[in-house]
Amino acid sequence: MLSSDAITDPARIRNFCIIAHIDHGKSTLADRMLELTGLVDSRQMRAQYLDKMDIERERGITIKAQNVRLPWQVDGADYVLHLIDTPGHVDFSYEVSRSLAACEGAILLVDAAQGIEAQTLANLYLALENDLHLIPVLNKIDLPAAQPEKYADEIARIIGCDPGDVLRVSAKTGEGVRDLLDQVVAQVPHPVGDPDAPARALIFDSIYDIYRGVISYVRVIDGRLTTRDRCLMMSTGAAHETLEVGVAAPDPTPRPSLGVGEVGYVISGVKDVRQARVGDTITSATRPAKESLGGYRHPKPMVYSGLYPIDGSDYPLLRDALDKLQLNDAALVYEPETSTALGFGFRCGFLGLLHLEIVRERLEREFDLALISTAPNVVYRVDMESGDEVVVTNPADWPDGKIGEIYEPVVAAMLLLPNDYVGAVMDLCQGRRGTLKGMDYLSEDRVELKYTLPLGEIIFDFFDQLKSRTRGYASLDYEPAGEQVADLVKVDILLQGEPVDAFSAIVHKDKAYAYGTAMASKLRELIPRQQFEVPIQAAIGSRVIARENIRAMRKDVLAKCYGGDITRKRKLLEKQKEGKRRMKMVGRVEVPQEAFIAALSTNAAKE
Amino acid sequence: MPSTLPDGDPAPADGGLPESALASAGSTPFGVYVHVPFCASRCGYCDFNTYTATELGGGASQDEYAATAGAEIDLAATVLGGRPVAQTVFFGGGTPTVLPAADLVGLLSRIEAALGLAPEAEITTEANPESVQPASLAALRSGGFNRISFGMQSARRHVLAVLDRAHSPGRAATAVAEAQSAGFEHINLDLIYGTPGETDADWRASLEAAVETGVDHVSAYSLIVEPGTRLAARVSRGELPQPDDDVLADRYAIAEEVLGAAGFEWYEVSNWARSPAARSQHNLLYWNGANWWGVGPGAHSHVGGVRWWNVKHPRDYAARLAGSRSPAAAREVLTIDDKRVERVMLALRVRDGLALADLDEAGRAAARQAADDGLLEPGPLGTGRAVLSFRGRLLADAVVRAMIGT
Repeated sequence: MLSSDAITDPARIRNFCIIAHIDHGKSTLADRMLELTGLVDSRQMRAQYLDKMDIERERGITIKAQNVRLPWQVDGADYVLHLIDTPGHVDFSYEVSRSLAACEGAILLVDAAQGIEAQTLANLYLALENDLHLIPVLNKIDLPAAQPEKYADEIARIIGCDPGDVLRVSAKTGEGVRDLLDQVVAQVPHPVGDPDAPARALIFDSIYDIYRGVISYVRVIDGRLTTRDRCLMMSTGAAHETLEVGVAAPDPTPRPSLGVGEVGYVISGVKDVRQARVGDTITSATRPAKESLGGYRHPKPMVYSGLYPIDGSDYPLLRDALDKLQLNDAALVYEPETSTALGFGFRCGFLGLLHLEIVRERLEREFDLALISTAPNVVYRVDMESGDEVVVTNPADWPDGKIGEIYEPVVAAMLLLPNDYVGAVMDLCQGRRGTLKGMDYLSEDRVELKYTLPLGEIIFDFFDQLKSRTRGYASLDYEPAGEQVADLVKVDILLQGEPVDAFSAIVHKDKAYAYGTAMASKLRELIPRQQFEVPIQAAIGSRVIARENIRAMRKDVLAKCYGGDITRKRKLLEKQKEGKRRMKMVGRVEVPQEAFIAALSTNAAKE
Repeated sequence: MPSTLPDGDPAPADGGLPESALASAGSTPFGVYVHVPFCASRCGYCDFNTYTATELGGGASQDEYAATAGAEIDLAATVLGGRPVAQTVFFGGGTPTVLPAADLVGLLSRIEAALGLAPEAEITTEANPESVQPASLAALRSGGFNRISFGMQSARRHVLAVLDRAHSPGRAATAVAEAQSAGFEHINLDLIYGTPGETDADWRASLEAAVETGVDHVSAYSLIVEPGTRLAARVSRGELPQPDDDVLADRYAIAEEVLGAAGFEWYEVSNWARSPAARSQHNLLYWNGANWWGVGPGAHSHVGGVRWWNVKHPRDYAARLAGSRSPAAAREVLTIDDKRVERVMLALRVRDGLALADLDEAGRAAARQAADDGLLEPGPLGTGRAVLSFRGRLLADAVVRAMIGT
């Protein structure tokens, strides 16, 4: 065995990750590796490792990267394998890229019954950009529906290898996993760095622990990180005490230092993950490196939404909860916002829709908050004729003056689907103002479509539509691809002449009418009749484009009083009064909370 | 009464009332309600506390009922200590007239003996048109009843069929004529509107038929589909349509029109009378927050800010009284705020309305808003009373909610 305190010889280290689609068995494979290397026995497995958050387990996705140090022997020689588990979603592609940058190799794990998916392909391209050595693996070969030959061919065509080089495993039964670990040792290059240079380590994840503060997971590139030395975050220039360094084996195990090629953690007394951001370089404060490792990018919110407590008195709780979440989520941004319809809340910026949903779900679960979120929108740049530029993250901020050009963000989207559905998906993309950029056959019956699409069109139920039009067979991945000029307008919804800010939306001019009529008729269904007639209007500026009417309620009286049961009548009245307290007032119109939720949720895309 | 009882505080076994409640008993108008929990058959829309079996056992059968209820009358006399004299007595149900007239008269005598009756007391019984004959009516009249209320519901055969009513369309008019011959001073017809299948014309015809009988009082109730009834089951299966609120509003307007043209005036949201003297004094007790003792299973009572209600099943009821215990299932002692809410809720439903002085400032502002919206009469508002307009009667619950504030 390698001594536990000494720095590991880089030649004995293999750093790798697993690239896989949701449900293709990444976590199961990682669990199997933990068992085979003797780190964790099968009984402890569930409680022990990957996908630690409830949401991750339920959704079968990884949100926060995990890593573990695995001892492995080949031909009597000891090796150290670092498995770095990557987040698996488009919203976190930057985090994925940093995890990949910490590795020399990647296992490309594909379900032998389903073939490669868009997400996997996107991460595969990222791995190739990072010059990672790829080990293609088909999983679930024990399934009756497995077609290893077909999908081995597909993989071989995509990455340019021989179909015979594609390994076959069953993470469930463990078949082939031992050989796979041997192949990691044989194929993945060992890390190379300068042990005598000033220390440089890449942060590929930072988490906040209530007892220890921020724990940063790092890959050492040059030099060494030791507890005797103060450390320095190169993007912020801030120095911190190095309280502890160690490795995940899989529980945190302190070490005196981490050397070239090693993967481990650093605890520096930082109280907030924004001071130890993913992608940053840690160096020594006493002997700092001249240059950072590069590739650092400050996270930029792509999608904004207003979050409001359903019970207005929960506002302080929501603020505290966001403060706490931000300790662990460097990409989350928020600022207070007031809505006439929804009261006090926060305008929040997210990396994408999944990020939004995760934050919302964590707020509701971990902090017991009931929330309304407004329809998500992207970031628009509006050039005014006056020469001013206005950045709009909220329809309420849409400028009033003369508008020159409007720019909207676009994405390069990749869609993988069976060729039977090409027509349906092209229809969908066209309806969303997409531009076809290319079409490739991955195999006889599987097609890759490339589109440029406005991001704002994807965040409105695009994914649901895609899934329903392809019976769930299509997969989607995208990445930011700049911006384009677009003919956009802001549509307001008015109740009895009063604009309801929560329902305003920025949409393409050609879709304004459809949005206005859909919203007006939806609200007519959702808002109960009042004692007076309530007109609902959709308007662009002062021009009304759609109109509906809620007829006045004519009867609201219980005819009788049941043989003197006044108690029942009074209690009924008090219950109704309670219900009225849960109404939001728009002018004199009482709008039930549920109407807001229903009207907003059907618009929000679901991942 | 409804199929379920409210939640409340425990009621004492001896039926005793707090001194503060008893103090009001001598000075506040007082009535007695007697619930008769039996019917010949159960109607599909009905969720009242009523039973069709003639033999429920344990002192709860029909022929033992008068004796059992009589025991509660004695209990009332003991608890109230002879303080109030009944100004009204009302036998409701169920169908009181499924009991022999002698039983009803006997109960009335027991009330007179135990509690006392005011000289001009209004004594009413409900009846189904098919459950009376000239002889029984004469017996009731000579036994002291001076008012009778028939469940006519409709003059249309197909409407009566949906309601499972046993009488033929002409029977109500005949029963009224028989009651008039028997010498009843005041006669009411109960009508129901909004029954599935009923048209505006059917409703108008029913109203006209009721008016033609020469009664001096009409009650018109919109059909309510109560959960747990056969009617509710048929509606939820889609066999019958749910009554529509707009249609019900139209029907109410027709009632106001036809009854108004015949010289009736509304004095409570669902009640019209040909003259002030024809108004049901017992009905007004409820809306004026007066006191009454409700005798019988599931019956509700109110004395001086204490409301209580009896156990629901006739067998439980009989067992309690056989053991010399109060049949009260639970009670509530109204708080000052409960009383305020009830005053608004009840007083606003009657023609005299509510004194603005009984409202807080927010309530008065709500009243002014309601008047602006056409829901309160502007005239009375100027003299300090909130009185519902025609449109306001249809939206009475909304007006009440606005006035009681939060």
